[in-house]
Amino acid sequence: MVGFDRRTLLAGGTALAMPRIVHAQGDVIRIGEVNSYTSQPAFLAPYRNGWILAIEQVNAGGGVNGRRLETIFRDDAGRPEDAVRHAGELINSERVALLAGGFLSNVGLALGDFANQNKKLFVASEPLTDALVWARGNRYTFRLRPSTYMQAAMLVEEAAKLPARRWATVAPNYEYGQSAVRWFKELLTRAKPDVTFVGEQFPALGRIDAGATVQALASTTPDAIFNVTFGADLTNFVRQGNTRGLFERRRIVSMLTGEPEYLLPLGDEAPENWIVTGYPWEDLNTPGHTAFRDAYRARFNEAPRLGSVVAFDTVSAIAAMLRKTGADTETEKMVDAMRGLTFPTAFGTGDVTFRPIDHQSTLGAYVGRTALRNGRGTMVDWRYADGAAYLPADDVVRTLRPQS
Amino acid sequence: MEDLLIQALNGLASASSLFLVASGLTVIFGVSRIVNFAHGSLYMLGAYVGWSLVTQLPEGLAGTSVGFWGSILLAALIVGAIGMVIEVLLLRRIYEAPELFQLLATFGVVLVVQDVALLIWGPQDLLGPRAPLLRGSTEMLGVRFPRYELFLIIVGPVVLGLLWLLFHRTRWGTLVRAATQDREMVSALGVDQRRLFTSVFFLGAMLAGLGGTLQLPRESVNLQMDLAIITEAFVVVVVGGLGSLPGAFLAALLIGELHAFGILILPRITLVLVFLVMAIVLVARPHGLLGRASAPSRGAAAAPDPPIGPTPRPLIVAGAIALALLIAAPLLLRDYEISVLTELLIFVLFAASLHFIMGPGGMASFGHAAYFGAGAYGAALLAKHLGAPMLLGLAAAPALAGLLGIAFGWFCVRLSGVYSAMLTLAFAQIAWSVAFQWVEVTGGDNGILGVWPDGWARDKSVFFYLTLVLCIGASLMLRRAVRAPFGYALRAGRDNALRAEAIGIDGFRIRWLAFTVAAVAAGIAGGLFAYSKGSVFPSTLGIPRSVDALLMVLLGGVQTLSGPIVGALAFAGLQEQLMRATELWRLIMGSVIIALVLFFPQGLAGAVQKAWGK
Repeated sequence: MVGFDRRTLLAGGTALAMPRIVHAQGDVIRIGEVNSYTSQPAFLAPYRNGWILAIEQVNAGGGVNGRRLETIFRDDAGRPEDAVRHAGELINSERVALLAGGFLSNVGLALGDFANQNKKLFVASEPLTDALVWARGNRYTFRLRPSTYMQAAMLVEEAAKLPARRWATVAPNYEYGQSAVRWFKELLTRAKPDVTFVGEQFPALGRIDAGATVQALASTTPDAIFNVTFGADLTNFVRQGNTRGLFERRRIVSMLTGEPEYLLPLGDEAPENWIVTGYPWEDLNTPGHTAFRDAYRARFNEAPRLGSVVAFDTVSAIAAMLRKTGADTETEKMVDAMRGLTFPTAFGTGDVTFRPIDHQSTLGAYVGRTALRNGRGTMVDWRYADGAAYLPADDVVRTLRPQS
Repeated sequence: MEDLLIQALNGLASASSLFLVASGLTVIFGVSRIVNFAHGSLYMLGAYVGWSLVTQLPEGLAGTSVGFWGSILLAALIVGAIGMVIEVLLLRRIYEAPELFQLLATFGVVLVVQDVALLIWGPQDLLGPRAPLLRGSTEMLGVRFPRYELFLIIVGPVVLGLLWLLFHRTRWGTLVRAATQDREMVSALGVDQRRLFTSVFFLGAMLAGLGGTLQLPRESVNLQMDLAIITEAFVVVVVGGLGSLPGAFLAALLIGELHAFGILILPRITLVLVFLVMAIVLVARPHGLLGRASAPSRGAAAAPDPPIGPTPRPLIVAGAIALALLIAAPLLLRDYEISVLTELLIFVLFAASLHFIMGPGGMASFGHAAYFGAGAYGAALLAKHLGAPMLLGLAAAPALAGLLGIAFGWFCVRLSGVYSAMLTLAFAQIAWSVAFQWVEVTGGDNGILGVWPDGWARDKSVFFYLTLVLCIGASLMLRRAVRAPFGYALRAGRDNALRAEAIGIDGFRIRWLAFTVAAVAAGIAGGLFAYSKGSVFPSTLGIPRSVDALLMVLLGGVQTLSGPIVGALAFAGLQEQLMRATELWRLIMGSVIIALVLFFPQGLAGAVQKAWGK
């Protein structure tokens, strides 16, 4: 339609055609966003804010080629089958151009498979599982956040510098926790062959028996502990661990704990000197991030969380992709544009790329230590770990991902 | 050695926490026979209210012992009052409804509380302050042990002692115990049942609130607390024996200690341990550790279900019209609406299969998703590992579900009432944990992807017709079976087991067969579900799916054959509409359920039937 109208215009169409052209160019591009809003509100409320902010900025700048972006949000309540139903509805009834979202790994995988089956583009924002781009990767699925493997690799780099030999691990008993521990063990053993793993704990997600878990870890007398628990489990684990002295004279390496989502609820009981991946939202003063933080604060009157950055970057990526296709929403063209797409991140650390080889973005994370400041946890001595540096070599990736 | 002793103390501390919640649940169940699904919500409210009180103390009281412990007690009392309000406004009106119907009402409360808590306290986890004087730790056996955990270890037995005194040394307590044994008799002797029930509900809710608010110094307060605790609390109550306080204490100890030591040997056992314990205890002792077979209830709840006559003519006409509309549907509707209809049909069969054992069979199941999930996995595993065509997968679905039904049913149908229902839950959770942890075969929680229909059935309309034939066909066959001699034998056993045995009906075999038939039917639904969604995850056999089936049957009405159909359409249809329309779908859905419960205590189909009869 757009092409036709433009040709009419070039051919010197009558004044009667003008309103139709304006209408066609002002046509919105709809994005279907499916996420677990009711089951994970603590993470997804800031996420949604970040999303809204980015969409507003794109539209304030005139949209993409004059076409505004519009989002239709759907709540999957943490259930993959509901996510798939919403995806069907968004494509069929709401006529969205592409799908995005996903917080839980299994929801992300279900949506990715749905996208593959229906030949629609799916931009996964949050799900961490490696399977999304490797074992079960497909042409239509792209993922923004650094994966479980990448986060583990970033932490192993630091862990290998520690003198610790005896390691214990604690992780929630599901795929994310299990693969985080598996990669950490494998990569650390490769980097430092003399380490031994003396104990492991796998509390059920959201139902940690913290006292017993802390005691079980302590009884193996490790030099250092690798932690993957988060949210309520982390809080309870830290409380019991602090009171029982589990963390004294031990180094703790901990995944995602530096993210404000997990660090802030701990208040003044936030652990100190843990080596973590995260997001130093207060001290990151790159021009790009300062602008993002100020805009976010002005709009929502609070500091952004990592989820806000992830959502903001997802929209930036989608907008960049649409600019590349010239606002053409034909799926194959969008997929081709996504492969190798570069776009800016709200971290302000330069451009990020969606790798053609596995559709993983090279967005990184911050690695640093936790510390207490003004009665709450924060990150210090941090550095940006560029995601591109923490992915396996290309020939390894080819063995991990089905090649068609 | 010291490590083991300390670990035993850890087990005791968890046991105390568990006991506080379970004690309230068991007291409420003992007297009112209500399966109070909202008990976890009361526990969560206790924690949130306690947090608000402690963190907003006036100047002089903040940080003091008086302020802290006063807040704890006040929070427990407030939650007790909330429980009382729920009883007076809601539950009191539906005591006469069929067994387990109250579960539906309390589920509505759960949904409402989830959204209300989110609106009041926000999405972020809250961290309560530590208890004054009990902040730090004490050196024991060369290990630092938190003082607050020691305090908790003492609280459990103290509460047990106080409750014992209350029940054995006061007139009120004597009445409660009498009502636990035989509430009709107590009522016949002139005791005001209403006041007794309300006061019991106050006590039970207060104990839940106390359990929740006492977690403040040890755990974060969050929106997942309600569902995290409720299953475990039920397990403790059932393992201990319904209505038995010492039993609940013993069960809490058993589970607390087994957990503390279990993770030393098998760290990955955390998912399934409590359910393994429950299965073993219930198989060995059908009424829990200290429970007794309850006196046969003579109340309205036990009145035999109305006899099942031939299908009334208007219903046949209505059914035929509905069927004709369904057949015409793909011509009129778009792809999305067709796939929603497909999903609804699958849920109709799923609900009908549960109704088959719940209604005519008289055996509730809290774990019916096991067979639905077995069907889904049966189909998906064949597709993934053998590349089987869809029809073979759809045939494997009921086969695997049926095998599971034969195996689990053999144990479950020996028990009765809530014990039987909880044993089905235990088996379902064991099946779930196999699907969850056997990653090599089932893909763990990342599930099995790519289970899409074969080329010829990929069109939404074709798959819809396939589903229509299978689901309506199987539902009609279940309906037919209820009217067959087999169905008469099944209903006879439900209405009076002894008389049925006396005329030569082998109750066990009939029930076992019925259980298996229901499992097979659920398996068909599960297989279709797998192909309609394209992927299978452990959640297909998780507790929420079992609860969904239960809600559909109860909403429609257990006592009518059309109940599950109406219930499934109402429940799944409502959820589909609300989830698209609003973020607050839980609040609205919960309110709607509560309203339906109040207006139609016989279920939707039951209400229609009653209105027709008049």
